[in-house]
Amino acid sequence: MARYLLIDFGSTFTKLTAVDTTTGDIIGTSASATTVSTDIREGYHQALADLYASMDRVVTFDKIVACSSAAGGLKMAAIGLVDELTVEAAKRVCLGAGAKVDLVFSHHLTNREIQEIINKKIDIILLAGGADGGNSECVIYNAKKLGEAHISVPIVFAGNKSAEDDVRSVFETYNLDGCVCDNVMPRINILNIESAKKKIREIFLKKIIAAKGIKKIEQEIDRVVLPTPEAVLQASELLSRGYMHEKGFGDIVVVDIGGATTDMYSMCQATNRSDVILHGLEEPFAKRTVEGDLGMRYSAPGIVKNLSKEEIRLIDEEKGIDIEREVSYRFDNVWSLPQSEHDERVDELLAEMCAYRAMHRHVGKIEEVFTPMGTVYNQTGKDLTEIEYVIGTGGVIINARDKMVILNKTTNIFPETNELRPKHPNFLIDERYILAAMGLLAQIDPLLALKIMKKHLKPIDKEGQ
Amino acid sequence: MKTIVIGVIGADVHAVGNKIIEYTLTHHGYNVINIGVLSSQEDFINAAIETDAQLILVSSLYGQGEIDCRGMRDKCIEAGIGDILLYVGGNIVVGKQDFKEVKKRFQEMGFNRIYPPGTPIDKALNDIKQDLGE
Repeated sequence: MARYLLIDFGSTFTKLTAVDTTTGDIIGTSASATTVSTDIREGYHQALADLYASMDRVVTFDKIVACSSAAGGLKMAAIGLVDELTVEAAKRVCLGAGAKVDLVFSHHLTNREIQEIINKKIDIILLAGGADGGNSECVIYNAKKLGEAHISVPIVFAGNKSAEDDVRSVFETYNLDGCVCDNVMPRINILNIESAKKKIREIFLKKIIAAKGIKKIEQEIDRVVLPTPEAVLQASELLSRGYMHEKGFGDIVVVDIGGATTDMYSMCQATNRSDVILHGLEEPFAKRTVEGDLGMRYSAPGIVKNLSKEEIRLIDEEKGIDIEREVSYRFDNVWSLPQSEHDERVDELLAEMCAYRAMHRHVGKIEEVFTPMGTVYNQTGKDLTEIEYVIGTGGVIINARDKMVILNKTTNIFPETNELRPKHPNFLIDERYILAAMGLLAQIDPLLALKIMKKHLKPIDKEGQ
Repeated sequence: MKTIVIGVIGADVHAVGNKIIEYTLTHHGYNVINIGVLSSQEDFINAAIETDAQLILVSSLYGQGEIDCRGMRDKCIEAGIGDILLYVGGNIVVGKQDFKEVKKRFQEMGFNRIYPPGTPIDKALNDIKQDLGE
């Protein structure tokens, strides 16, 4: 019988979840502001004091593990050859490893692009390009280009196997912090995530959290084990697949609307239909996409950027919301919380737009092709039509008065489009903000993590509460 | 090992010949990248870049090949693989047309070898050996 403390060092909040294996349940949660800019331990101590206060006692924990997206999260650059192939594969590996992909480059790197890598303070570079036995020239050129610029950022090479020895010697020649792993796209349209993802996690734990001032927390806890988004990804995959005799929820989607990004996770195969022809790069079962221009505060202006003048006017006329003014206020006051019913309505509208657009970018598309052999269906991306559950997490959804109206925007509200959105899912809310914590618990006790998620993810009732 | 990208272009789902071509070329020691049916010009070109292919072999069985193949050489040039060999074969035009004329039109479009309906793959195989070496 043991007690575990699971910590999520988020960009804004440090969230604690305490679990007792005797009762098989959560025994307390708390949150306090993340204090990575001064000393990450301050926020942790505060949250811990709050946790003890909420439980009316001090408890000792057998294991304390953490995930982190503090200090900007894990910022990566994905480099490949062709946009639709190795560039996309590299991007998906970064996202699957829980990173934010701040830069994406294809073909030969230019001086300007190298400068961007330096300016954006990228944490790790993923260097791909070429299927195995295919094009080596470009990826070797890019490795040299990084070498000539004396880039000190860790580089993970995950490109054409035939270029491996040359790239390794470039790393040595220029004294780069490079390592080699399996190709992210060994054959055309075949995606190979695991090897590069493992390497990225290793570097994150060994170097990045130290560089960001997170590592000092390890004097007081056991270990930081994952970037937060990867913890959420692992929790979602566990919840979907189940564990041993304990059944999972089947095909699910998780939507997390935050201040800076909107993250979308889908757990399902690309399609269950036999009458479609799949096109493009292979889709992972556990897929994550991140929209850096869709968020409630830092990225609020991005939501409006995609609207036409007519749409902005329509929102003003129909809802009485001056959307441009509202988003710029939120951008200037990223810590602001809704003070009135009007503020709440605006936040909910913004969240609806984030959910709708993030799903638009995440979901697969299908088109009917009329051929002399009859009609065939050509699909790119993932088919989410038969998804069983859409799960909402993140402050704005958890606190919204009408959660249903936000989550419903991930479904096929305009059925005539070619998007393969969820058709009739059930909706659940991560009320106690436990997904990341359960991803951590899954490392220790997957069965318990699964049971707790199944118990604490709450269905939305008819009023949308 | 020489690399050849094969596939069926356009809104065409004829998969049988495509499999026979894959089998035969693989059997003769080529690295065959089969992108399958319903493939666009870009699909062929992207695969050729990533795999460093020497040859793209386009199949078209449903009569619309001429429309589907137009501009493909130009796109290869734009994509930096302007020198790649382009072969096309199948029922590549509508109806029964004089093949000499058809061949001329496809040559003008930048295709290196053009095969009329019913050409056995062995015939093309000889050309491949000649163009790429054994």
